[in-house]
Formats: sequence, structure tokens, C-alpha cells
Amino acid sequence: MAIELVTGNHAAGYALSTAGEANRGARGAVCGIYPITPQTEIVEYAARFPFSKGRVVPVESEHSAMGVSIGGAVSGARSFTASSSNGLAYMLENVMVAGFYRLPIVMVAVNRTLGPPWNIWADQGDTLMLRDFPWIQLYCETNQEVLDSVLMAFRLAEDHRILLPVLVCLDAFIVSHTQTETDLPGQELVDRFLPDLELPHRLRAEDPRTLGGLSWPIESMSLRMEIDEAMARVPHVFQEARTEFLQVFGRDPGDALQTFETDDAERILVATTSIATTAREVVRARRRAGERVGLVKLKMFRPFPEAALRAACAAADKVGVLDRNYAAGMGGVFWQDVRAACQGHRDDLMVQDYLTGVCGGDVTPAMVEETLDDLTARTEAGAPRWMGIAATAGPPVGMAAAAEEVSA
Amino acid sequence: MSAAAASANGGSAVSGQATAGGAPGGSVATSAASGGTLEGIPCTPECLLRAGNTNCAGCGMSVGLTMLGRALADAGETCTLAIPACCGIVTAGAFPTTSYGVPVVATTFASAPAVASGIASVRDLNGETGQVIAWAGDGGTYDIGLATLSAAAERNENIIYVCYDNEIYGNTGGQRSSATPPGARTTTTPAGKREEKKDILAIMAAHRVPYAASLSIAHPEDFARKIRTALSVHGMRFLLMHSPCPMGWKSEPADSPELVRLAVRSGLFPLYEVVDGVSYRINVEPDWTDPAEYFARQRRFQDHQVDLEATRRVCRERFERLSTMARAFPFPD
Repeated sequence: MAIELVTGNHAAGYALSTAGEANRGARGAVCGIYPITPQTEIVEYAARFPFSKGRVVPVESEHSAMGVSIGGAVSGARSFTASSSNGLAYMLENVMVAGFYRLPIVMVAVNRTLGPPWNIWADQGDTLMLRDFPWIQLYCETNQEVLDSVLMAFRLAEDHRILLPVLVCLDAFIVSHTQTETDLPGQELVDRFLPDLELPHRLRAEDPRTLGGLSWPIESMSLRMEIDEAMARVPHVFQEARTEFLQVFGRDPGDALQTFETDDAERILVATTSIATTAREVVRARRRAGERVGLVKLKMFRPFPEAALRAACAAADKVGVLDRNYAAGMGGVFWQDVRAACQGHRDDLMVQDYLTGVCGGDVTPAMVEETLDDLTARTEAGAPRWMGIAATAGPPVGMAAAAEEVSA
Repeated sequence: MSAAAASANGGSAVSGQATAGGAPGGSVATSAASGGTLEGIPCTPECLLRAGNTNCAGCGMSVGLTMLGRALADAGETCTLAIPACCGIVTAGAFPTTSYGVPVVATTFASAPAVASGIASVRDLNGETGQVIAWAGDGGTYDIGLATLSAAAERNENIIYVCYDNEIYGNTGGQRSSATPPGARTTTTPAGKREEKKDILAIMAAHRVPYAASLSIAHPEDFARKIRTALSVHGMRFLLMHSPCPMGWKSEPADSPELVRLAVRSGLFPLYEVVDGVSYRINVEPDWTDPAEYFARQRRFQDHQVDLEATRRVCRERFERLSTMARAFPFPD
């Protein structure tokens, strides 16, 4: 075990590669790779990793990167890849297949704004585009959490009670390119944590079966229902793996939903990834000033930890959701799910959306302060509020300008 | 067997039972494949395509699968198939049965060469034997999958890629592809297609793949020999099979072998092979039968005048080019 100063991408590449290496006693590791900013360093790490039983295939597109990983996985190898933004959009069809085939593939996604316009900064719209696919989704705050979550992801994905692929997400640049001290576990510890992969439905010459032929509606619906049942088992299996992680590595990889000062909080902010770091400091300062505020950090987005969220908000009467994403016509995605989780259980709870840092802008402590002040002053929830944009917005541009011309 | 049986296999749509021998649409066998036989149907590569599948009469692809299975069995080889969206995956039939006697994975339309690359990688990492074969139609090869195929060829993946070329999107009811020949009517070229086919074999040869060849089910010995050659070669092997499709070609099912024979005789579909992209060998000399007969027996050509003069000229010129290559760059002895 060694503490090193590494980037989030390095941590992700290290975790994916050592996890692949840990399957050398079984059917090895295979991954297809393709570059896209800001995740490229992850696949570069895998490409230079000295696998004793593994093959990294540099392909011609993200679609094929996942295609190769699917081929590896259906043959029983530990398979993974990484991507971002439009790359994920291009890969999307095969991302869906990996889920419906119940393949335990782990993908690291560095959240980057979908284009156009061309923008390389952090925004979660890319991975949230995949939210309705049968993939577990984890969002990470720090380099250490990235590394730990990737290892946890393989445990979850390969557990026979689950058998679903896992997406591990981190912020572009803020995490992917920022060096922090990170504990990089030795191969022997990763070996201990990750047993050999045994995929029950892998292709076998001695037992020829067809994977993915025609299936009638009732059978297809049964398969969807089984995915739902597997998703329902995720929280329990996650806790088991978390306990074992603590035993092997001596640290807690973090709960699916993490709370800070929520026990008696009247107002709660819900945040993900590095935004949670900023929000936690603001909440800490407000607590010192005597305000009953708290923070919920969502690590697991799929399956959505509804019950844990409601429990964390038990004392609250207002919740502000900080969304670094925008679903056209329906505000932030995390806000939608927080509202859905509370509906019918806590209809008295005010849930307000704040669109913060969408398309990569900085989410500053001042911006978080502003959301808390807005939340405090509110008597009812309103439309999702765009934060930080009034200060920088000039005269109407594009469609807004055209609309003004028409009305004039 | 209900869908619950699939959960024992991880909940994926895994079909493992043989289709009923003989009677199309008849009852299905009740046990999953295991131990090499199921319900008395031997589960060997010879039965790559099992009896009882529901493919169309006169389907060239079905004949090709049978001939491939036989060639594999003769060579004592097994295989795994990666099949993209095409009639080849419809061939498997409905869950929980499958018409294939070998492991099959259905891939997305463009992805068969990529998925096959992953499967072949794991086979090689584990020192296992058996061919990994991508089996795709012309839509998946000439059109949507071309980039993926090109990349797998450039990487010289250790797989066999077979394109059964029926010159149409058959599975979706007959739309034009870039393999549809000029003059052919399809639902998206109602006035007949104007453009020439892509020369996919030349495209693949230009990748300098170890082995590229054309196949015709009307020439079974040549077909079998080329499969044997492909089996003996390491790396990317590309095989292009002219595949009659009575539904798409608007032809009589019983005419299928004769139609592709006419295509070879008239020079429309030359049978040749290319090693490493540089050495050429022509396998069957056309006897220059008038292609008019080929066109006359398919109603896809009948409403629209095929430019016979231009066709004859294109065939002659193509063959001349190939002959020149074969003379200048013959097979190594």
C-alpha cells in the first residue's frame, strides 16, 4: 500500500487495471479503449499496464470499445472501459446491450458537457443520459473515492445476486486532473478483495446457447423484472462489500448515501461529486453560526437510495438540490428523483432545484450560500433556478434574441 | 421452460434448446443442450445450423451455414458465432429454442467484428481452440459495420468474418444497401438502384488481411476448400458469399443455386482469393454466359431496364483487372 500524489484519472486507471490483473488466475481481462478528453489518461494507463493475462484493444470508436468489452465479458473475462460526454453518446447502443446481457462490465465515466457547443468541462448530462439503462451508477467526490468505488464496482457487478454493469463517475478536471494524496492498494490486497470472476451465462463450446435471440414479450418482460429484482438487492450487497472492503483495505469506501449534520437539520442540501465538498464546508460554517442545516451526498444514483434519502431528511422541511445537469423541459435530474422519492411519503417537504455549474461553471461557496439563503426565504418551491448566470449573462443571444425580435 | 430458467443463467436472454427436428413450427425439445446431445440431435459443428429452423426456402445464407458447418466438422473444428442484426440472428428462432448448435452471441448491428475481437482475445489468453466467426449480412458489412470491420482488419484480429451478401436489407423487407446492384428495385429504390456495388473484397484486400476470398454455394468444392484454407490461416480472414434471397430478389426458391451459378459464369460475381492483399488467384473462369439470363430470372430487375452493355463491360473489365493481378502477383508456391 502506498500513498501517492495522483490524479483522479490515475486513480481510476490504477483501480481498473489492478482489478483486471486480479482475474489472472481465471479467464483474464479484456477491454476495448478509445480516447476522449478528459478521460484519455485512464485508457492510456490500462494500455501500458503489464497485464499477466489481459489484452487491451485500441479500437476505432467508443461503440467498438464497449463492443470488445462485451465480447470479453461474454467469454468470462473481467472487462472494463472508460469514456466521456459525446463518446458515451456514441457508445450508447452497446452500453445498453452490456446491461441487458447482465455483463459485469465496469466503466469509468469522466463527466463532461455534451456538445455542441464544444465544451470539455464538468456536467453530468452524459452519464445521466444513461440513467434508465440497467447499470448501477456511482458518483465520486475525491480521487480516493474514485479508486475505492471502482474496486467496489467490480464486487457489485460480479456478485451473482446482481450481475449488472457499473458506471463510476467523476467530475471533469476538478477530480480527473487534480492531484491529491491517494492510497493505492498493492496488487495482493486487490487480489484479496476481488475473487475470480465466474460468469454463469458465459459462452461455452460444450454447452452451446444463443445469447440475445428473439424473445417474446412475456419472457422479455420477465427479464426486465429480474433486473428490477437485482437492482433491489444492490443496497444489501453494497453494504456487505463495504464491510469486506473495510476489512481488506482498512478504510471505509463510503456509504451509498452520505449525510453530514442532517439529524436535526431543517434545511438540507443534496449534492453529488465535488460539489459536495464545497457544500459541506458551507454547511459546516452555517452550523457554527447556529443554523440547522445539513448535507446529503448522493454517491449511488442507480438504484436510487430512496429510503435512505427520506430517513436523512426526516427532520427537514426544505430540501435544495444542487444539479450539475439539465434535462431539457424538466430541470435537474437529481431534483426529479428526490421529488419522486418523497412523493406520497413526505408531501409536506419542499424540494427546490438549483442548477449549479451546468456546463462546467465553478460552483463556489458563495453560490452555495446563495442557494441556502434562497431556500430559507422560500415559502413554496418554484421552477428550477439557474444559479450564477445572471452575473455573467449579457444581452439575449441566439434563440432568446430571436424571440425578442418576434415579440417586438 | 419459462423465463425463470434464464435466471439460472444470470437472467440474460439465453436460449439453449434445439429446435424441433424436421417440422417447421412444430413442438420444441424440452431439455437444454448439454453433454453434446439434446433430444437425440447431435450437437456437433456439423449441426451448426440445426434442422427445424424456419428460414425461407431457397435461402442462400442457410445453405452457406450448412456448408460452413460441414467444413468445420470435416476439419474437426468448433466455433463461436458473433452475429449482428440480420437474418442470421433471426435464424436462431425464439427463446428458449435456438437453431444453432454452437455458442452464439447477438451483437448490435455495427458491432460483430468488435465483439468477435473480444471473444477471440479471451480464447487466445486462455490457450483455447475453436474459431470465432462473425457472420453478417451485407447491410452489417458494407454499410453500418464497415468502420468496425475495417478496424478489426487493420488490427489483424484472429477471427473469420463471413459476409453473406444478398444485396439487400432482407430482414427489414428489402431496402437498398451499398451492395445492391444497379438496376435492382428495392423498397427504397422503387425506380431501380443507379449506383454500382461497393467492391468490398477489394476494400478488405486493401487492408492486407492474410486471407480474403469470394464464395458461391453453386461451387461447393471451391467453398469447402476456401473454408479449409481460412481455417489454416492465423489472423483476419474475410469471406464474401453471394447469397440468393428469393424474397428480396423476387425469384423462385428452387432457382437459388442456379442464379448464383449464373452470376459466376457471366462474370458478375468472380470467384477468387487474395493472400496478404498482394497475391491473387482466380478460381473459376467465367464462360461469359450472357448476364441477361441472370437478370431475367429475378423480378427485382424486370421493371427497370438493366443496361446490359454496361454490365457486360463492367464484368469484363473487372475480370481483366483481376486476371492481370493474378498473372503479375500469383500465389506463392
